[in-house]
Amino acid sequence: MQLLEAKVFGGAVTGEDTAKSLDQGLLNEDWPSQLYRVLKAARVRQVSYVPDAGHSELIRLFAADPGVVSNVLTTEEEGIAIATGAWLGGSRSVLLLQSSGVGNCVNMLSLVTMTRTPLLMLVTMRGEWAEFNPWQVPMGLATAPVLTAMGIRVMRAETPHDLIETVESAATLAFDAEQQVAVLLSQRLLGAKKW
Amino acid sequence: MATTQSALDRREVVARLLAGRDGLLVVTGLGSPTYDVHAAGDHDGNYYLWGAMGAAALVGLGLAQTQPDRTVVVITGDGEQLMGLGGLATIAVTNPQNLVVVVIDNNHFGETGMQVSHTGHGLDLAAVARSCGFSEARMACDTGGVEEIARALHAPASGARFFVIKVKAENPPRSLPPRDAVHIKNRFRAHLGLGTM
Repeated sequence: MQLLEAKVFGGAVTGEDTAKSLDQGLLNEDWPSQLYRVLKAARVRQVSYVPDAGHSELIRLFAADPGVVSNVLTTEEEGIAIATGAWLGGSRSVLLLQSSGVGNCVNMLSLVTMTRTPLLMLVTMRGEWAEFNPWQVPMGLATAPVLTAMGIRVMRAETPHDLIETVESAATLAFDAEQQVAVLLSQRLLGAKKW
Repeated sequence: MATTQSALDRREVVARLLAGRDGLLVVTGLGSPTYDVHAAGDHDGNYYLWGAMGAAALVGLGLAQTQPDRTVVVITGDGEQLMGLGGLATIAVTNPQNLVVVVIDNNHFGETGMQVSHTGHGLDLAAVARSCGFSEARMACDTGGVEEIARALHAPASGARFFVIKVKAENPPRSLPPRDAVHIKNRFRAHLGLGTM
């Protein structure tokens, strides 16, 4: 795998680059770009998503990256199966979704826990901070408990700085320790949706 | 809707598809297709699913995107594929030329008591795949059609392909691969020269 990834990521951003950009960074660069660099440094080369406004910039950055395959999904659970196939073939995948989509994933999560396949989910939260739409509240409340009930490790970020460090840590846990990890991006971090 | 019937034996069909398999990587859908592929001969390049209904074709997609020089064949059933219909739309977006989905379609949910499935009520899965944008999608219900599909697995393609093979509704004796999913994963990865932690 090392050989495969080294070949593919010959020109990719290095960990050193990421550390430098983190040091210089959060003041003059927006967090989606930082997140993109962290995921590139973690050698992610596949991304799957159901669109969410909170993920839109990251989705755009990956779509423009010829070193990453993007998959738009019809439902979030598909991304868990795709990530499993990617790992079988030797590459690292990340799943971008909104909290409501966690509910769609429940049984499919057994695939990654049974096979001990790395899973990195970045979940933008709805239904918690200044939420206008009450329909988002039930799954917002249930997101962390549902993930935990299925054996997924849940981490949470409240600020941009938190987020970058948390995702770096989660990527190591997932891809080096073969854990299944969800990082929840708080709605406070994302900002309430404007209606 | 008219339902297509067939006298084909599922074990013979799968054995024919995998005869002389060369470098094919095979992902199986839970239930009978997993047993059929195991009965045709266990292989390190087989990835058997025992659960995660609806996942098989998408596991195949993730694998095909990562191993573009290998042909990935997903062998699944009509019930399993019906649970992942949206996945056909997702596959067709990137449409990898090294991915082939084969549905062994007996018109029934065979594992749970032979209840009639949607294909048994007339749904044409190949038409769904074609509509989603697969490069090729068709149905076979006789030995000539199976031969053509078996040869197609080793022929170049312009995009993802989807074949439905209608078979007799029956449950042959189970042929059980290991249920240890970590073992099967590591064995499969080792087959590709990939290590464990």
